[in-house]
Parts: sequence; structure tokens; C-alpha cells
Amino acid sequence: MKLDASLPLEYSTEENSNRILGFWIFLGAEIALFSTLFTVYFVLVNRYASGPSSKELFALAPVLTETFVLLTSSFTIGLAINAMRHNFKKPAMVFMAITLVLGLVFLSVEINEFVTYVHDGATLSTSAFLSSLFVLLGTHGAHVTFGFLWGSMILIQVAREGFTPATANKSFIFSLYWHFLDVVWIFIFSFVYLKGMM
Amino acid sequence: MKWDEFFVTGEPMIYAAMVAIALTSIGIVAGLTYFKKWGYLWREWLTTVDHKRIGVMYIISALLMLFRGGVDALMMRAQTAAPDMKFLDAQHYNEVFTTHGLIMILFMAMPFIFGLMNVVVPLQIGARDVAFPRLNAISFWMFFFGAMLLNLSFVIGGSPDAGWSAYFPLASKEFSPSVGNNYYAIALQISGIGTLMTGINFLVTILRMRAPGLELMRMPMFTWSTLITSVIITFAFPVLTIALLLMTFDRLFDSQFFTMANGGMDMLWANLFWIWGHPEVYIVILPAFGIYSDIISTFSKKNLYGYKSMVVSMLAISLLSFVVWAHHFYTMGQGVMVNGFFSIATMAIAVPTGVKIFNWLFTLRKGRISFTTPMLYAMAFIPIFTIGGLTGVMLAMASADYHYHNTMFLVAHFHYVLIPGAVFAVIAGFHYWFPKVFGFRLNEKLGKLAFWLIVVCFNITFFPLFLLGLKGMTRRMYTYSAETGFGPLNFVSFLGALGLAAGFVVLVYNIYWSIRYSPRETTGDPWDARTLEWATHSPIPPYNFAEIPNVKTRDAFWFSKIDKNLPIFSGKLEPIHLPSNTGKPFVLGLAFFFLGFFLVFSLWTPAIIAGLAVLAIMAAMSFDRDHGIIIPVEEIRATEKKLRGESI
Repeated sequence: MKLDASLPLEYSTEENSNRILGFWIFLGAEIALFSTLFTVYFVLVNRYASGPSSKELFALAPVLTETFVLLTSSFTIGLAINAMRHNFKKPAMVFMAITLVLGLVFLSVEINEFVTYVHDGATLSTSAFLSSLFVLLGTHGAHVTFGFLWGSMILIQVAREGFTPATANKSFIFSLYWHFLDVVWIFIFSFVYLKGMM
Repeated sequence: MKWDEFFVTGEPMIYAAMVAIALTSIGIVAGLTYFKKWGYLWREWLTTVDHKRIGVMYIISALLMLFRGGVDALMMRAQTAAPDMKFLDAQHYNEVFTTHGLIMILFMAMPFIFGLMNVVVPLQIGARDVAFPRLNAISFWMFFFGAMLLNLSFVIGGSPDAGWSAYFPLASKEFSPSVGNNYYAIALQISGIGTLMTGINFLVTILRMRAPGLELMRMPMFTWSTLITSVIITFAFPVLTIALLLMTFDRLFDSQFFTMANGGMDMLWANLFWIWGHPEVYIVILPAFGIYSDIISTFSKKNLYGYKSMVVSMLAISLLSFVVWAHHFYTMGQGVMVNGFFSIATMAIAVPTGVKIFNWLFTLRKGRISFTTPMLYAMAFIPIFTIGGLTGVMLAMASADYHYHNTMFLVAHFHYVLIPGAVFAVIAGFHYWFPKVFGFRLNEKLGKLAFWLIVVCFNITFFPLFLLGLKGMTRRMYTYSAETGFGPLNFVSFLGALGLAAGFVVLVYNIYWSIRYSPRETTGDPWDARTLEWATHSPIPPYNFAEIPNVKTRDAFWFSKIDKNLPIFSGKLEPIHLPSNTGKPFVLGLAFFFLGFFLVFSLWTPAIIAGLAVLAIMAAMSFDRDHGIIIPVEEIRATEKKLRGESI
């Protein structure tokens, strides 16, 4: 394995920098994926049939909580990578753990929100609008869930091995993923919730 | 669920298929046990991460699927050979044309192309493997188990029966209550994820792993076509992922995306499907163009005419492929402006395609042409594909399309583009690169016999369909009365299909014959070819190149042969690092297979267990640290000597 000391640890081998490029391309595919979901949502948003419309359904408080929590987690994963660059193992791990916990908080608020919707009679099969809403939010939520599991695996590996080219690479790629989920959420917040409440 | 609902019953031919599947499986298991090949199979193939072996496995699977899809085709042609045939009933006919389309496009053409890409592209760019060998194995096994899942539908639960495009509302739970379309959604999803990973893998491989000096504009055309195809895959397949996800939700969880009530919109499916579906056509056709470019240039002994315009035209086609999808449903009422836009965009594709046709013709001009089997396919491709392309322009005219839409004319058109385009190309590529992988050529005499059978009978099979379409025979009708007058032409088509089948039998026999009798060649360059893959030995050593080639020109290998001042190897060897084998991709594919199967039948508890198994395998992979194997210089020297036929 050839190490290039002039580069940050996560880029230091050819394999590592290939992985980062590959992940950026994967994020490109993810953008295509979420764009399709947003398109489906915008096509169906006014087709709420006998169910509630977005105006009747959305409440601001839980959404603001989710937004605040997820944006903060994106900040903390940034701090974790910054600490990793300085090879501060413990602070990096603490920031990663905070990120994952915030991810869990986000998920619990979102699940709670879904339960409220269903309780109010707004289910997946009520209308095309609700189907598209649940699947758009659900796909994002599934990504956060997967990110939580994946991040936990990486946290264990960092705890065991410290920052090696392999673990630094994984942590960095995970941070890209997490920031991406945040970007998607900003679009959901703006174009699903805010627009829907207007 | 009762057993008689689980297995498809009451159809003698399906019983026969069940018996055939059971006997084949028993035969394979018994054979492997008797010859003690289980260990060999596991060590050398199922756990491999070597791009060449993965490529070979893709091609073997594709040939099997070609057989399956071909039998479907024969059954369809037999059923329509004469008026009022009773060979298949309507339901069975629906299933057969649906799986024929799915299998031929997704599980035959694509994997065949991926197989050639896997074998050839790393060699053409002078690399030791793809960028992510383990991911490559995952891609293969996702494809393989997705294909197996779809094939299983034939005997367990019933096949999808709403056409390969599965339009809603027909494909909804209400109108297609069997599990057939669940298989469709889930099997395609599993193999589709594998395809997306392949796209990313080859993008990184080509962008980052080229040999020193191999600039983008020096790459062989097949590598260029793979690069552009990978871009299309990366941006088209996520749309399919979502379309299939929504379909799964509609069918399994009663969501309302494509329904007729509660605000659902059936046309949304048609749009999503074709936003993926049309680029998909170019995913299979662009690599074919690449294969032809390499073959025509090699066997004309000339460099490719108009290299830059070839690249630019492929880029243009890839962009246009994303803005033509509505031409698949001009008649579904989206209005004049929309139809006009898509009509013009579609016709515009003929321009870059025409550029390519002329480039090939100018490459042939004044060339020293040798008529080998691969070259024959390339030469047959040009006129036949042009017929397909021009009838495509006819279909592209929205107002005229009202006449052709959903008739046999359309069926004839897309077979006239896909068969000479994709199928001839993969067969040509198969003959062309076969000696690279196995160290001996396929027999030319048998190859040419198969070629003439296939090319002549292809035209006998499909040309009558143009005429039938113009006479008003619609596609997908399982029978017709004698008064329609469709009988004679359909019968001609059936005879052609039999000849086509005979051609493929000769092709397969040729493989068998050549394995036994074909003389082994030791040069590594049996065709006197131009590109880097011919610079190493045949069969290819595990590390591909003992030394990474150094490239100074296009067609570097050719110029190194004719000009001593342009060597590609300096003779300095270094230890080589290769990834080690792993069984996890195979197991992951298997877990996805079970997850898919349980989801198809809505068996939630087993599905959750299989889903957890998928996650567990992925977690285990995350903890893997593959340090690979290092091949020392002495061992490379010894291998090289042996491959050159010298004694050690």
C-alpha cells in the first residue's frame, strides 16, 4: 500500500481516493433518485382525494425540531471530521456519537409524526398525495436509519483501530453521506413542509 | 396459501418445465459431486473478484437467458404461426411475451454487454482490475439472483403478465391479482441495484485507473462507449429504482400512486418507466457501437475514421436519450406541443447515429478487410440497423405514429435495432475476444455457418412483421381468425424463427467443438489487433499485465508492433498487489434472493429475517480488512515464461 503523506489520511492511498470519487458518483445517483421522488410528490401533491390536504395535515413544531436536530448533526459530523484531520481520536468519536444520537432523535420525531398522521386517518392508502408524502419522507428516513447503522459500525472500527487510512476513509465517506441527507432534508423542509403550509 | 396456489398448475408445458428444472438441478448437483468440483466451483468462481472470471460468469448467464428467452420467442411464433392456434392460452401467451421482453433486455443483452465490459475494459486501459473488485462481485451476484428470482416465477406463483413495460392500471393489484408483477417489481429491483453499482464501478475504473499516457482521447472506442454508458446507467437507473419502489408499494401496501381512484395517476408509471426505459435502450446499444468500432478498425487494418466525431456523437446520443421518452406513448393524449417536442428530439437522434454509420463506412473504405466471423456480424449490422433506424424515424413522427402505434410494425422496428445492434454486437464481441480469455479461437467455418443462418433467418422472421403491422395486426394478440389474412406472413415468420434457433444451436455447438478441437494459440494476438488487451498473453494471467503498459498514441499496441521507437513495455517488473477472494458477495446475493422471494409472497416474518441477514452481511463486510495478496517478481517471471510456452 503506497501512502502519500502530502494528502489527508482519507485520500492517502489510490484505493482511498477512488472510493471517495466513487461515493461522489453514488451521491449523483442519489440526487437522481430523490429528484424522481420529489417530482412524483409535486405531480401528486394536489391529488388528495377525500383525504386531508397538505395545509390541513402539516404542523410546524415537530418539523422545526427535526430540521434543527438534523442541521446540528450535520455540523457535528463536520466537527468530527475536523478532529479526525488533527488525529484527535476521542473528540472525533464523541462528535460522531453525538451525530448518531441526533440522528436517532430525528427518527423518533419523524416516526412520532407518522403515527400522528395515521392516527388522524391520513394513511399511505388514503390518497395519492399521502402515498407520495410517506414514500418521500420514508425514503429519507430509511436513509437516516441506514446511516445510523452504518455510522455505528464505523464508530466501533475507529474505537478499535484508531484513524488508519481505512477507517479515516470510511469516516470521511460517511460524513459525505450524512451531509447529503441534510441537503435532502432542506429541500423537504422548504418544498414539502413550508410550501405545503402556505 | 395452499400448495396448488403456490405452484403453477394445470398446464402440461409448465409441468414439463418443472420436470426439466428439477432434472437439470439434480444433474448439476450430481455432476459436481461426482467429479468433486464443489471446492473448485467455490474457490475459483463463486468467490472470485477477478474481473475476467466475473465477465465469464456474466456471459454464461447471458447465454442461458438467451436460451430461455429464445424458447419464449419460439413459443410465441408457434402460437401465431396459423389462425386460431390452440398451442398457448391467452394467459400463458401474456406471460410468455412479458418474460421474453424482460429476459432478453435485462437478463440477456445487458449482462452479455457487462460480461464483455468486465473482461475487456480493464485490459483496454492497461489496469489490473476494476476500481472496486469486491463491489463488482456484488453487482454480478445481485444481477444473477435477480434473474433467478424472475425465472422462478414461471413455476412458482406465476409470471408477470402485463407486458415488459407493465403499464398501470393493468399491472395493478386490482387487474393483475397474481404475484407475477410482484416478481417483476422485486426481481428487477435487485438486479437493478447491481447494475447501478456496475455503472459507478466502471466510471471510477475508466476515470482513475488508466495506464500512464492513456489520455481520454486515446482510449479505444469500446472503453469510450462503456464510460458513456456508465454515465447513463448512473442517472437512469435511480428512476427505475423509484418506479419499481412505487409499484411495490402499490401492490403490497395499497398505496395510491398509479391507481384509478383516490388521486392516483396511471400515466405517472408510463412516464417514470420510459424516463428509465429509453436511456436503457442506449445502455445496450452504445457498447455495441463500441464493439463494432473496435472490430471494424481491427479487420480493416485502419485506425477508426472520425475518432472525435465518434465520441461527440455518443455524448450527443446519451444526452438526447433522456429527452425522448414520451415517444413511447404519443397516443396517450399529452397534446400537440408535447408530442411535437418529443418527435423532434427523437428524430434528432438519427443525426449522431448517422454520423457513426458514415464513420464506419469510411473506416472500411480502402481498408484491407478480412472477413472473419466478428467482422461479418459488423458488416451485416450496418445495413440491417439502418433499416431499423429509418423505421424508427417513421415511428418518431407523432402524427404518423397513430397509425403504427402498438402494431407489429413497432415490434419489427425494435427487433431490427436491438438484434443487429445489441445481439449481433455481443456475438461479434464474443467471437472476437473469446481467444483472449480462453487462448483459442472459435472455429471460423462453424462461426460463419451460424452467422449466415442467423442473419438470413433474422430477416425472414422479422421483415414480415413490418408488413403485418401495416396491415393492422396489433402486437401482443395471442390469436387471430383466418379472415384477417395475417396467416401466411406469420407462418413465414415462424419458419424464420426456427432457422434463427438453428443458427444459435450452431453457435453453441461451435463453442463445444472449439473447446475440443480448436488449435491453441500462444501469441496473445490472433487477429493482429490494435488495442492494449492484445498486448498480454491468452489466456490472461490473474494480474493481466506483468508490467503496466506505457501509452504514447491511440492504438498503442498496433504502433508498438510496427514502430520499434514506440514500445509499451520497458521490461521492469515490480511485485503486484491483487485483492483476495471473498464469499460474502455470493452470500449477500443469496440473502437478497430470499428477501425478494418472501416479499413477493408477502411472507413478512421470513422477509424481515432475510432483511436482517442482508444487513448483517453488509456489516460483516464493513469489518473486513482485505490486505490482498502480493505476487513477487520471481513468480511473475515464472508465470510469464510458462505463458510464452518456454520451459521454466
